[in-house]
Amino acid sequence: MAETLLDIRGLKTWFATDDGLVRAVDGVDLHIDRGETLGVVGESGCGKTVTARSVLKLIDMPPGRFEDGQILWQGRDLIPLGQDEMDKIRAREIAIIFQEPMTSLNPVYTVGHQIAEVLQQHEKLSRKQAIQAAVEMLRLVNIPNPQKRVHDYPHQFSGGMRQRVMIAMAMSCKPKLLIADEPTTALDVTIQAQILELMQEMKDKIGMSVMLITHAMGVVAETCQRVVVMYAGKVVEEAPVEALFGDPRHPYTQGLIRSIPRVDRAAEHKERLESIPGSVPSLLNPPTGCRFASRCKYAMDICVRGMPPLKEVGPGHRVACVL
Amino acid sequence: MSRQYIIRRLLVAIPSLLGISIILFCVLALAPGDPFSEIAANPAIPPEVAASLRAKFGLDDPVWLRYLHWLSAMAHGDWGFSFASRINVDTLILQRLPTTLIVIGAAQLLAIIVALPVGVLAGTRPYSVFDQIANTLAFIGFSLPTFFTGLLLIMLFSIKLDWLPMVYNAELSSTGWTWLWDQVKQSIMPVMVLGLFQGASLVRYVRSAVLDVVRLDYITTARSKGIGERRVITRHVVRTALIPVVTLVALQMPIVFSGAIVTEQIFRVPGIGSLLISAMLANDTPVIMAVTFVFACLVVFFNLIADVLYGWLDPRISYR
Amino acid sequence: MAGSTPASLTAERPAPAGIAAGVTPRKKARFSPGLEAWRRFRRHKLAMASSIILGLIVVAVLLGPLIWRVPINEIDFASKLDGPSWAHPLGTDDLGQDILARLLYGGRISLAVGFCAMLVAAVVGVMVGAIAGMSRGSIDAALMWLADLFLSLPQLPLLLLISYLFRDSLTKILGTQGGIFVMIVVVIGGLRWMQVARLVRAQILSIREKEFIEAARALGASSFRQVVRHILPNALGPVIVAGTIDVAAAIIAESTLSFLGLGFPPDIPTWGRVLFDAKDTIDIAPHWALFSGGAIFLAVLTINFIGDGLRDAFDPRRVL
Repeated sequence: MAETLLDIRGLKTWFATDDGLVRAVDGVDLHIDRGETLGVVGESGCGKTVTARSVLKLIDMPPGRFEDGQILWQGRDLIPLGQDEMDKIRAREIAIIFQEPMTSLNPVYTVGHQIAEVLQQHEKLSRKQAIQAAVEMLRLVNIPNPQKRVHDYPHQFSGGMRQRVMIAMAMSCKPKLLIADEPTTALDVTIQAQILELMQEMKDKIGMSVMLITHAMGVVAETCQRVVVMYAGKVVEEAPVEALFGDPRHPYTQGLIRSIPRVDRAAEHKERLESIPGSVPSLLNPPTGCRFASRCKYAMDICVRGMPPLKEVGPGHRVACVL
Repeated sequence: MSRQYIIRRLLVAIPSLLGISIILFCVLALAPGDPFSEIAANPAIPPEVAASLRAKFGLDDPVWLRYLHWLSAMAHGDWGFSFASRINVDTLILQRLPTTLIVIGAAQLLAIIVALPVGVLAGTRPYSVFDQIANTLAFIGFSLPTFFTGLLLIMLFSIKLDWLPMVYNAELSSTGWTWLWDQVKQSIMPVMVLGLFQGASLVRYVRSAVLDVVRLDYITTARSKGIGERRVITRHVVRTALIPVVTLVALQMPIVFSGAIVTEQIFRVPGIGSLLISAMLANDTPVIMAVTFVFACLVVFFNLIADVLYGWLDPRISYR
Repeated sequence: MAGSTPASLTAERPAPAGIAAGVTPRKKARFSPGLEAWRRFRRHKLAMASSIILGLIVVAVLLGPLIWRVPINEIDFASKLDGPSWAHPLGTDDLGQDILARLLYGGRISLAVGFCAMLVAAVVGVMVGAIAGMSRGSIDAALMWLADLFLSLPQLPLLLLISYLFRDSLTKILGTQGGIFVMIVVVIGGLRWMQVARLVRAQILSIREKEFIEAARALGASSFRQVVRHILPNALGPVIVAGTIDVAAAIIAESTLSFLGLGFPPDIPTWGRVLFDAKDTIDIAPHWALFSGGAIFLAVLTINFIGDGLRDAFDPRRVL
């Protein structure tokens, strides 16, 4: 039985705005076991990023708040913890890398300084030792000439290399979980592959778990063991990756998989690119029933009456659908 | 920071200085009437000096020649002779410049010491009670003209409470610690007037710079590293917010000088500001020209400092 | 992640940017940029209050002298330096003249100077900025270098210098009031056009990049007019905000000049001049200085708050 590291139960992260209450994350359950890569997919605005940031409590609390739920890290609920306690977990146990490498690094400090900062804080290294360790981290992420580059500033690196630096920074304290929020979306395709490969290498090296957030189904298919599909602030399907792609149960998941452009098929059968009609419902006043109902071709009366709960349809495979 | 960058900024400063000197000279040349008619009329001026002045300013030569004469005279340190004070202008200015610089320097220091923490606190807690009070006080601060604040302070501290002297005494008779104490007592009000005015606008600049920076991605990254909110603010937010603020402080120096002119008048501080005013009231043209030019030089100088500081603080600029 | 934050505090908080997707705002009756701006301005409580107060001040100086018919120069030594009373609600000065009447009358000039100087700065700035933005290349570079040069000029010293040099001849040509008025307005405005020019130029450049492709494809000649018609409304917002700052700065500049005794002639009671007269008797007649200084302060403060409200109204996302 794999050890569960992160267990999110019924998380609700809401934001109080001028226009009303935005329920960005409205009852999300997911868990990550040791050593596995969990893919979290969904389109923009479905709550994936807010979920990820909620884990490390990087949400601005005046507009945002945790309405309900628990975030259990190795059995301990993170929600009631104060900032000091959270700081002990950040980077040391759970690390996060973000989508935009161009703006995620502080432009006035060298990359060595920024990596060393983490080490000085958590591993209590001296400045000299920390810089040396930073050099090793840069070498690990395949940045050429790390001894010299450690004293360079972020603007002297390309986008792909900056993302590597972010990875180096995130891994420097050998965290148990890495949350990667769309790490390759802002990079071009060839670099994407390199970054994903790097993450896999790192994962194998230190036995880390990864929460990979993305909207690219292809990436999920290649790198994840399990997948969670989110829609409009809720989880709609959760399955091992083969089950998800082989037997998608939720109409939204089916739509997502069908809309992956298939160059081989298109060439032979000249299929039109499928898309899911309609658009995401407002998170201000979400519909009471199933949130996908307005775009679902199988929608029935009971679908709009109440939100279907997640039910088990196979080993580790759960769907929130009446079908 | 690369030496090239500093050299480049220096090279830009020189044409600015020349440009300003041309404008000043043109203003003088365009002025109707003969500002040097005073020379002939004033019996206090020895005739040889009057003659040499006319020759030096080449009042019958074409404009551009006069400009070149004047420029080279300035460059050689020959700034003329003051009608009113009967000494060389450069001696006069050198006598009084340090006082002005000290008062301005102390005022800016006060402004920074007060405005930086207040602005950072306001920016990191926007819309809080502290922020609202700080902001309103800041508005009041820079809406109060310096001369009015000066008078108000005099009314309070000199007249009503009699704690501080109203007039600055350049020749204090006391010595040692008493001298220092007396010096402080007579300098507090002018420094406060200037400092609070500057501090008020600085608070707003710092606050908005902090607000701009705090929502940037790399601050979230810094938080995610678990280094503690205080370190995030001091090491990451303030350090990057300082960049626009520092350049702004340097670029605001011209305004501080204007404030210094007024403050020196009110408190009778013997600096170059009050020198300018008294020279105008006495029609002492060489002094007026020279002091205005000194102000212009100070402006260019501080622009240069602003550029250099900006390059030093932001590696993206100078590592090119 | 924190989203947009208005520069001022009394405006209400906006939605965080990170959750913009999936949020549809509640229906608004009709959407137009002007209406939106007005709605945002209304939220700024201090700006709204200031608008009312400033309105009252303007009405007071315009209509006041018609209602309060006490002459401004009626000398009455018997009641000199009296505090507020029914006959003289703001007291009298050292010649027994009624301060309220003088402030109301002088206010017209002080406010008129402020407003006209702002117009000069705005007109010159828009023209220079438009030319620079539209022409690009060497004309643009030259104009921007000129703007930088003007920014380096020390404002108050230059103002003093020009006042000193030109006041006599201008008085001869345009009469005492007219001459000095024109001179002060032109000089103050002429030293503040640079920021406006920069704003307009920036707007033009950003739109040029966007529309240029379409304009090239569209009819040749009318593309120019199209671009101008699209740019100016967009640039209007920041220019208006800059305009309010200019009014406040101009009022302070004129008051400073008058306070130093180098502004309007002594018989014209601009607020700065009244304060100049009052400053020597602040121990026995504080009301004189307080009311005149207070008038300047109130006008500038309300204008500054209004400017803040306008800034939020036109562009809530930019913090300064």
